[in-house]
Amino acid sequence: MSSHATPAPLGGKIWTPFFQFLAGVFAVSVILMIWRFVAGLGAVTGLSDAYPWGIWIAFDVVIGTALGCGGYAMALLVYIFNRGQYHPLVRPAVLTSALGYTMAAIAINIDVGRTPYIYKIPFMPHWWNLNSVLLEVALCVMAYVAVLWFELAPALFETWRKGSSSFFRWLADTFDPIIRKLMIPILAIGVLLPTMHQSSLGALMMLAGNKLHGLWQSPLLPLLFLISCIGMGYAVVVFEAHLSSRAFRRPSEAPMLARLGVVTGWITVAYLAIRLGDLVVRGKLGLAFQPSFQALAFWVEIALFAGAAFLMLTPARRGRAMTQFNAAVMIILAGSLYRIDTYLTGYNPGDNWSYFPALPEILITLGILALEIMAYLYIVKRYPILAGGSSTAPARA
Amino acid sequence: MSVDRRKFLKAAAVTGAAVAAAPAAVEARERRVPPPDAKGMLYDATKCIGCKTCVVACKQANNMPIDDREMGDGLYDAPTDLNSRTKNVIKLYREGERISYMKAQCMHCVDPSCINACMMGSLKKREYGVVTWHGERCTGCRYCGIACPYGVPKYEYEKAWPKVVKCELCAEREGKPFQPACCEVCPREAVIAGNYTDLLAEAKRRLAANPDRYEPKVFGETDGGGTQVLYLSAAGVPFDKLGLPDLGPEPVPQLQQVIQHGIYQGAVIPVALLAVFAGAVWRSHRQQGEGKGGQS
Amino acid sequence: MDTIERSATREPGQSVDRRQFMQVCAMAAAAVGLPHSAAVKWAEAAALGLKPSVIWLHFQECTGCTESLLRTSHPAIGELILDLISLDYCETLFAAAGHQAEDALKAAMTTNAGKYVCVVEGAIPTRDNGIYCQIGGRTAIDILKEVADQAAAVIAIGSCASWGGIPSADPNPTGAKGAPQILEGKTVVTIPGCPANPYNLLGTVLQFVTFGTLPALDDKNRPKFAYGRVIHEDCPRRPHFDAGRFALQYGDEGHRNGHCLYRLGCKGPATHANCSLQHFGEVPGAWPIGTGHPCIGCTEQAMLWRVPMHSTVEISRPTPPDTYPPIHAEHRAISPGAAGVAGLVAGAAIGAGLMAAKKFVGEGTEEKKEG
Repeated sequence: MSSHATPAPLGGKIWTPFFQFLAGVFAVSVILMIWRFVAGLGAVTGLSDAYPWGIWIAFDVVIGTALGCGGYAMALLVYIFNRGQYHPLVRPAVLTSALGYTMAAIAINIDVGRTPYIYKIPFMPHWWNLNSVLLEVALCVMAYVAVLWFELAPALFETWRKGSSSFFRWLADTFDPIIRKLMIPILAIGVLLPTMHQSSLGALMMLAGNKLHGLWQSPLLPLLFLISCIGMGYAVVVFEAHLSSRAFRRPSEAPMLARLGVVTGWITVAYLAIRLGDLVVRGKLGLAFQPSFQALAFWVEIALFAGAAFLMLTPARRGRAMTQFNAAVMIILAGSLYRIDTYLTGYNPGDNWSYFPALPEILITLGILALEIMAYLYIVKRYPILAGGSSTAPARA
Repeated sequence: MSVDRRKFLKAAAVTGAAVAAAPAAVEARERRVPPPDAKGMLYDATKCIGCKTCVVACKQANNMPIDDREMGDGLYDAPTDLNSRTKNVIKLYREGERISYMKAQCMHCVDPSCINACMMGSLKKREYGVVTWHGERCTGCRYCGIACPYGVPKYEYEKAWPKVVKCELCAEREGKPFQPACCEVCPREAVIAGNYTDLLAEAKRRLAANPDRYEPKVFGETDGGGTQVLYLSAAGVPFDKLGLPDLGPEPVPQLQQVIQHGIYQGAVIPVALLAVFAGAVWRSHRQQGEGKGGQS
Repeated sequence: MDTIERSATREPGQSVDRRQFMQVCAMAAAAVGLPHSAAVKWAEAAALGLKPSVIWLHFQECTGCTESLLRTSHPAIGELILDLISLDYCETLFAAAGHQAEDALKAAMTTNAGKYVCVVEGAIPTRDNGIYCQIGGRTAIDILKEVADQAAAVIAIGSCASWGGIPSADPNPTGAKGAPQILEGKTVVTIPGCPANPYNLLGTVLQFVTFGTLPALDDKNRPKFAYGRVIHEDCPRRPHFDAGRFALQYGDEGHRNGHCLYRLGCKGPATHANCSLQHFGEVPGAWPIGTGHPCIGCTEQAMLWRVPMHSTVEISRPTPPDTYPPIHAEHRAISPGAAGVAGLVAGAAIGAGLMAAKKFVGEGTEEKKEG
């Protein structure tokens, strides 16, 4: 049975020095975003004819949404596999996911060349090209952003219902019952959608054909992206749980997270098995032994995943907070590196082209990241997201 | 623990079944062929003298701006590649004594990867099988640039309202639609336009008549599913040296489409998964004792 | 002036040898790009004694255009004025002067009213009512208007008559203008150049007197057959331009090798004319660029006397140079600023990660007991 403390707002000052720093970074990026729309992508990014996709896609969108799979991963565990004891981890995961996906959505709006035409995607179904994997990603992500905020809404409503603003009270009173009634389909869709688009994010790069290096180009790209994103989702949950324990001086949830680590560990093992097996079957493993930058990146990926799996599955270590934290970081890095490699490092459009993000491009990414962190800090301090009180060990081994 | 594993294995089995279904779907994706009235071009690299009149004619016929970014002073139109100001370019391959010119532009593929990629169908295969871009639907996602194996669709990164720029076989040429300007002006008929079937026959005729002169292949006959712009190369100059990649006979989008449609065909698997998920969520809500539909 | 004296002694009715005459006509037709049928027509008209009347006016000019006309041989000036046209008024070539000349002008205008061709050489001053050029007490403006009024066609030869030429150069103290600006509303064919290429005039005049039509004209009323393209398009030194071989100073190696004169200020790219095809003085290579001097744009009002001789002009429609990009051109670029910031961010992230990991060290021993 689930035994969890009630989530509550953490309270405390919003306008901390760290928050101010983030606000500054965001303010700078806003100026650059305006500049991007005035002067075009070329003025602000390092994108080129041969590298149409840069860090805004590879990092902000692909990695950003993968890191936003905490909500998905937790929903799988708590609602599909019925592991109620992990319930306290769901709300912060959903918050992180909602913010991560919103960050990806902001990045997409800035990255596409004709932002106003994005509205045509949901509203002109007669123009849809149903063969386009990117269309499926776009529609799924648009829907999932909404679903995540719906999943998070009850937490917001709890505060609004007791708040001073009559408008927000009205919002809460009107929509809370509706959302609660629809929560089952919302959750179910909220598990289906990421399954679809996270795998499709892998399928996207299949169209690059031989431009994508043999170590990454594979018919199993969708499967590998899906598995790794679930792993990354759990890793983000662990990472975020420990970070907020320390940052907000709350009790550690290490015992619960240890169990989660086992799940993540096995997922990582499955990923590695499929990844390496796929290379062997397609005869591409030899590429990993060539003296190339790509081979190096590949081994770093494998090492990080393998190291993390080892940490999470070794009974002696996995109970320690530091181990869990390190393992989580390793998975996040490994999964992120896998995605950067699939979209950038492993993408070779021709020998004499190269891509490196331009300064404004990097600053805009950092600005959106800063916004995400600011929003997270504000919401956990003012809304009941994180569970207070002490954690308890899971009911059964 | 065992319940965990069972569920996990079940989910894995479902996914595995979907992946296994993919090969069965391979045959289900029908092979595209050029339309019966398909138009195209035939470029015979052995006849090209590198005069670049086709480059000039293309710029004029399409009202393209000059590209003097690399050779400045406004003296020359000197694109080094296809780009946002250049829909057609002549390149030089030189290795020791071997020289060949190479005319690069859109290949007007039979099964275009770009059209497959485009979310809203901004790229269309029109009359005569010509591939054209239409701005009213384009969001500027540039997936077409990722998809094209020849790196053809170029983007106006320098503009605030960018277009995708590529050869459209002069589909919108004033007074002479679908009559490529490059072919009109070529002084040696190194590049000629016409009916795709005729051009393919002509290419084969040239190979048969002069086998020592050419690489023994018409590029585009089957490459990447076939292209409507065909290439002949000089003997001793393989096509990949000219920048035409070895794609094999499978259409470029084939694998992705097979996998994607294998999983999503008729929305069967997504709907089934949704039902499974809905059932599981409902049961977990009941078991976790949250009768009101739960705190999330 | 052998030919002139000979004409003065020719008795009325004395016919020229017909075959010789046909030859002249054929060569003349060919030289100005008219078909052989033109030559036949001239011969017939001449046999009937019907030679078209031409009235040639001189105003603010150096007479260079007339001089250049004297140096043609296909047809030679003699054949032209004696056999093909009737030059009824021309101050340079007239033996007569004063009232006799004026009477000849009046007679020609009356006899051939509505049929004669008026050729204008030289600019027309307009300031102070045009007093700066007067012939026989009458201003150039008045003379031009009167003669043009009854002309079947008006042809302005030379840049001065076409748009003002050198008299109109800054500060233009006389208010010099070209004939089209004086005769507003009338079609005035302009044959600019300083001097104009005489064959451009010959072709135009002979077409008109033979067929009654003027050649196709551009927006400045210049015959397209001569002014339809810029020098740059037909220049024999164009391969040097395309290959980037330029003379940078008079007498340097590039100059001595006949390289392109663009960087010395050649106005070829901006100048409509056919000098590169039809040279001067009938000596091949006798044209400015051929002798090693950049074109000064003498046909163009926007160029001559306005843009310094040695300033370079813009190329309005650049074409590819004589170089080829490789199959895979070099395109790399990394901005140092971006690399720097990326390094900083990566370093900060690693540092923060290490710090965060350190914070857990204290907790490590506690957790071990629980786990």
